[in-house]
Amino acid sequence: MDLYREAILDHWKHPKHFGLLEVPDISVRSINPQCGDEMTIQLKVKDGRVTDFGFQGESCAISRAAASLMSEQVIGKTFAEIKAMTEADHLGRLGAPLNPSRQKCGLLSLETLKRAILQYESSRNTPEHD
Amino acid sequence: MNSGLDVEKIRPDFPILNQIIQGHPLVYFDNAATTQKPVEVIDAVRKYYEESNANVHRGVHTLSERASELYENARADAARFLNAKQPEEIVFVRNATEGINLVSAAWARKFLSAGDGILLTEMEHHANLVPWQVLAKEKDLRLLFIPIDSDGRLQLDKLDDLLAQNVKLLAVTHASNVLGTVNPVAEIVHKAKQQGVVTVIDGAQAAPHLKVDVQKIACDFYVCTGHKMLGPTGSGFVYGQIARWQEADPYQTGGSMINEVTYESSTWNEPPWKFEAGTPDMAAAVGLTPALGYLSSVGLDNIMKHEAALADYGLKRLSEIEGIQLYGPKTSRDRVGIISFNLKGVHSHDVATVCDSFGVAVRSGHHCAQPLIRKFGVAATARASFYLYNTTQEIDRLVESLEEARRILA
Repeated sequence: MDLYREAILDHWKHPKHFGLLEVPDISVRSINPQCGDEMTIQLKVKDGRVTDFGFQGESCAISRAAASLMSEQVIGKTFAEIKAMTEADHLGRLGAPLNPSRQKCGLLSLETLKRAILQYESSRNTPEHD
Repeated sequence: MNSGLDVEKIRPDFPILNQIIQGHPLVYFDNAATTQKPVEVIDAVRKYYEESNANVHRGVHTLSERASELYENARADAARFLNAKQPEEIVFVRNATEGINLVSAAWARKFLSAGDGILLTEMEHHANLVPWQVLAKEKDLRLLFIPIDSDGRLQLDKLDDLLAQNVKLLAVTHASNVLGTVNPVAEIVHKAKQQGVVTVIDGAQAAPHLKVDVQKIACDFYVCTGHKMLGPTGSGFVYGQIARWQEADPYQTGGSMINEVTYESSTWNEPPWKFEAGTPDMAAAVGLTPALGYLSSVGLDNIMKHEAALADYGLKRLSEIEGIQLYGPKTSRDRVGIISFNLKGVHSHDVATVCDSFGVAVRSGHHCAQPLIRKFGVAATARASFYLYNTTQEIDRLVESLEEARRILA
């Protein structure tokens, strides 16, 4: 099968940054209404930058691998850089074609991450730090 | 297989089955979501548009008369199929969800009041849960639930106590779309009636598979959806005892459902037309006639036996797979051909994707029954659902796909 390449399987079986943070600054839970899967993303932040990342949830291989691959990119990024992350780049990291319903699985982590940043900003009621 | 049904004769009637998916012959095991259509149904819809299409109940011209006759014939066929007393007890809707919304909005909103209880079960599809939640919120009603046991059957020893809690309406699925469990609805309705409770049966997963007799069940409402029983999408129908329809308020209002309209006010048409505002899905109704005809000519008893044989074979073969968890009753007794399962260490979406790569169509997710799925401690399951055109060889193909999913992902 093209979809379940070694890279995806590796991230499915051994996800990076899987697990919750001890004292997160942000914690956001998302649900994929299509399948009921859930994902929690937690962040540590400092001066408008992500300094640590953790995720957890009941999810499929595509969803988990996408989050795991993303986690390797996120730490050290500014909020502005995260907001600029594109769906195409995000799905591209999986290196396999996804049909539209499975794209939703892949995008859950990116959407949750962006929501986490927005929620953090509005809770601090401060504009983004660049 | 020892059932009075010749699958090899049936399969050619379903053109869609004869195709290659991802390099393999299609195995269609998503019948609980929607079934495929025989040529008779496809031809009837086509023929309707080629020869008879016009708006129903409007014109006096020949085509309108022809369309109206076909539409009303479909109503009579649906009434006969459920053994209703008269065609006027059948209201056409798009699907079962709309059917339950119709009963909720037209009957229950009028007759239930603050503090009244609505008794459901823990195995309802969202279609037979969410409309009642909304009504309960609006009218300050209480929702109660008949619990299920670990085998996926209703705990009916709790029924009397629940009914005694000022329950005014009972809405129960005839067969579970996740577990396959067939509920003893006649027995449940009988007890409810003794307490004066009005009864609604969600027949979406039962009417395609077993003989339904609404007079024997003695329910007030019985909801069906044609697309899950060989008919076109949009060919749902709701049986209601004529007295219930007569006392109910309109559902949607506007065209066609009126008796007389002035600028200030309107009076309503008689049931069932009172509940069919606007131009109905005429082609869908016309296609329902051959769908019901097909089921009747094969024979629902034969279909049920065939599915029971598939369910027994499927339960046996699937239970042999290492790390599989099956949900629902362990045998085909009082069960339709639906098997929900999970493979240990593999998410159901990945199961479905691997199956699809072998041409096997199964559903994955929460099956519009999130509270039920969560009760089993999981977020999602995979589901194989069988119908009259499926075979044991196809179940073997499913088992091979599942072994592969386990090999790749577990």
